Amino acid sequence: MAATIVNPENLVYSRPKGFTDMPSHYCPGCTHGTAQRLVAEVLEEMNILDKSIGVAPVGCAVFAYNYIDIDFVEAAHGRAPAMATGIKRVLPDRVVFSYQGDGDLASIGMAETVHAAARGENITIIFINNAIYGMTGGQMAPTTLPGMKTTSSPNGRDVETQGYPIRVSEMLATLDGAGYIVRRSLHDPKNIRLAKKAIRLAFETQVHGLGFSMVELLSTCSTGWGMTPVESLAWLEEHMIPAFPLGDYKIASSVAALKI
Amino acid sequence: MPAKGWIEVNDLYCKGCELCISACPPKVLELDNEKLTSKGYHPSHIFKDGCTGCAICALVCPDAAITVYREVTKAPASAAAGGD
Repeated sequence: MAATIVNPENLVYSRPKGFTDMPSHYCPGCTHGTAQRLVAEVLEEMNILDKSIGVAPVGCAVFAYNYIDIDFVEAAHGRAPAMATGIKRVLPDRVVFSYQGDGDLASIGMAETVHAAARGENITIIFINNAIYGMTGGQMAPTTLPGMKTTSSPNGRDVETQGYPIRVSEMLATLDGAGYIVRRSLHDPKNIRLAKKAIRLAFETQVHGLGFSMVELLSTCSTGWGMTPVESLAWLEEHMIPAFPLGDYKIASSVAALKI
Repeated sequence: MPAKGWIEVNDLYCKGCELCISACPPKVLELDNEKLTSKGYHPSHIFKDGCTGCAICALVCPDAAITVYREVTKAPASAAAGGD
């Protein structure tokens, strides 16, 4: 059967052009790969691969520069929005985005993130929220859920001493400079399609000069969580979505008027 | 009759995470325990007929390892003349 079907005219889907040939270093089932693939597909569809500049953070997300086939720079820990600000101001015709995890964006980089949004910098942030520090060994992050066990909160996050998780999208949505702030999830096919549409609209926001845009993507860290990839997706749906509700937190009227 | 599809899994990228297996609507995917990739994983493969070429496996694949083909639907007259 395969021999008759496998020919170019029957091709439905193949690895996007915006992806390099390099196999990713991510653990099996890590949704970083899904998120980066969506970014590559969107940049390819918008035909802006050759004028996009990515800013890589610190953490597992950093290796996006090896996988998305565009120009990339690497920022110090948490400083990606500041670096993206500088690049966008010097090269305003380029599409500049940062791709950051929650440890990078919501902890050490919180100031840069909030002020970039407050200034209404015309950049895009793809924010991967998996409620844990992945690369360093599964420590507690600012987004770790109350009671969630990590290597640095082995008895579960105690809100009495360690506080509550930060909801970044809700917070940034209160700022006037923000044009497009939404939260999506990568746990099932429907939500992956919705995430891709959101990433597209975030980049369109930037291309049309309508202000700061951010897409928060709920993701998994099966190694850090100590689960199989399939169990991780179920855990995300059951525990993370109630704590981090999906939705549109800020869509400026000028963004809503965009026709894609 | 549902559309006929086929997928090819690239052994260079597949890490046997099983996300495609759990997402596949007709449940025609499993890990190929007869095969090991260069990274040491059992890659995913089609083990029975029924693939419709819906590309949901490729949508959920974190490593973009899957290429999807779907037979172009022909007019009813020529479909009857088609082989297996």
